[in-house]
Amino acid sequence: MAYFARKIGLLLFALFVAVTLNFFIPRMMPGDPAQDLIDKMQGIPLESLEAIRAAFGVDSNDPLLVQYGKYLLNLLKGDLGISISRFPTPVWRVLQVAIPWTVGLMGTATIISFFLGTLIGIGVAWKRNTKLASFTVGLFTFVRSFPYFWLGLLLIYFLAFRLPIFPLGNAYTPQLQRGTMEFFFSVLRHAILPALTIVISSMGAWILTMRNNMINVLAEDYITVAEAKGLPLRRIKTLYAAKNAILPSITGFAMSLGFVVGGGLLTEMVFAYPGVGLMLYQAVQSKDYPLMQAIFLFISAAVLVANFIADIAILILDPRVRDGGK
Amino acid sequence: MIELDRLEMTPLLQCKNLVAGYRIKSGFVHAVDDVSFDLDRGGFLGIAGESGCGKSTLAYAIMRLLKDNATIESGSLLFKGADLAKLDEEQMKKIRWVDISMAFQSAMNALNPVLSVGEQLTDAIHAHEEATQSDARKRALEVLKLVDIPKDRFNSYPHQLSGGMKQRVMIAMALILNPELIIMDEPTTALDVVVQRTIIEKIQELRKTLGFSVIFITHDLSLLVEISDTLAIMYAGKIVEYGASESLFNRPLHPYTKGLMNSFPSLTGMIKRMGGIEGKPPDLLKPPEGCRFHPRCPQAIPICRESCPSLEEIADRHSVACFLHKGAEIL
Repeated sequence: MAYFARKIGLLLFALFVAVTLNFFIPRMMPGDPAQDLIDKMQGIPLESLEAIRAAFGVDSNDPLLVQYGKYLLNLLKGDLGISISRFPTPVWRVLQVAIPWTVGLMGTATIISFFLGTLIGIGVAWKRNTKLASFTVGLFTFVRSFPYFWLGLLLIYFLAFRLPIFPLGNAYTPQLQRGTMEFFFSVLRHAILPALTIVISSMGAWILTMRNNMINVLAEDYITVAEAKGLPLRRIKTLYAAKNAILPSITGFAMSLGFVVGGGLLTEMVFAYPGVGLMLYQAVQSKDYPLMQAIFLFISAAVLVANFIADIAILILDPRVRDGGK
Repeated sequence: MIELDRLEMTPLLQCKNLVAGYRIKSGFVHAVDDVSFDLDRGGFLGIAGESGCGKSTLAYAIMRLLKDNATIESGSLLFKGADLAKLDEEQMKKIRWVDISMAFQSAMNALNPVLSVGEQLTDAIHAHEEATQSDARKRALEVLKLVDIPKDRFNSYPHQLSGGMKQRVMIAMALILNPELIIMDEPTTALDVVVQRTIIEKIQELRKTLGFSVIFITHDLSLLVEISDTLAIMYAGKIVEYGASESLFNRPLHPYTKGLMNSFPSLTGMIKRMGGIEGKPPDLLKPPEGCRFHPRCPQAIPICRESCPSLEEIADRHSVACFLHKGAEIL
């Protein structure tokens, strides 16, 4: 329990640091988002400048610390400011549209990739002297080196363009009524290629990590003892080998779950998928500071929370951690 | 009755001309080379030798747990009428742990860190018998009691135990199916002398009450002399001297045994210079011609370079493989 409390404390502290950095870093950068906006909308009267500055919370009349206080207060109220590129939509509303797409697509793909990769990793380590195992390892070592976007383009070219089985991009067919079965299947059909891209290109890492961990664990004395005791192979494979081998993978899995919120930037761009990644790209292009800031905040929060969950998972799996020592 | 008597008379384990080792690209490593010994029922055989002399390979060969590229090349391991060297894996599974179990070298690594002690004890029972959870638990608690581990440690995890406790859990695990033979591969090496002492005493006490036989493998000859009734000294894959412990201790014959005896201090004897043995054990891939010990032997004579002496009984229950003791025709 002391471990639990310490981890929660650490999580809250890290969140606070992330929030603080997220406030100060953009303010230390040269340039002024309000000025940018004004440049964009030629001919705005000068009086409006101050009003716009106030709206964006960058009115430099207040000392920095006061601004910081206001920012924290707004954050607690869930007020992330107003998007510049989609003026005057509040940032949270913009994010609200994008986040479900990303979490749905990237999250599902990451989870599938982890579980499939880990299972295959266990399998190829267990049967490491077979031809099939060496072939699988070789194949995924090769596939792993493909860049996401390149694999995405390849899939689009063959499975959407040459053979129009799947749509070229977007997340759904816009004409369809939301909430219908038809809409649901359209979403599914649109998600398959980007999900496949992510699963194929990231699964190799899970396979190789798990395989290496497993092979190390299989050389341990307790595996020999388990064999000597005549335990069923299934039990040796799962409770003796895999349960020990998976521990290092879990932290990695949590990290990648955290980065899900950031979206597979390139994947979403290639597939014109309306998720957070694409939105971040657009925000950078249009210098939409409040939106960028909010996205960064969400990414750091997601990474921290995912890490926290990984710590809890390891707590459940590894009795050594439960005692708070080695 | 006569049958039974005969059964009682035959050794529990007869190892005959066993050759085992590792196949590697550049050849065959003779880790166990033409090894023979008998182990009586209730007997305590100590096997001593330097690291890399093949003593652990011998243990794994008896358990038929040799890994990947290691194999038994020839020879036999007669155990209660069956030749362990020739059994298939299914048959061996029925003997392993049920009749022959093993306490492993370092209990620190021999226990699964993510399973509780109780679970690691009971799963051995479930693997071999139909037993209810509570039955298995009861038996696990019994063996824990035998090795003086308190009941409440049943749910502990290995990291929560001290080194000595882990080793006792390992012994409890080896005892759980009440085997006739327990192979102990350096079970006390990683422990300090005081803990080592209590473990040894525990083993002796359990042996008296439960009546199992032991093959005890270690590099610590001083320990072996004290606890075993028969001793085998291994050098470079071969047994060079074999016999009753007392006889070997009082009258070591092989220069290698003498060297080993000289390399540990006696608690009661006169103060003497520690000897040790010059040189390093040979490469088992290409063992030296003739007697394998001759390059390091202080008493080597010309014939040692040419041919390898066989193990010959030169006194009651005392054999040695050395030309110095071959009799008049050489001396």
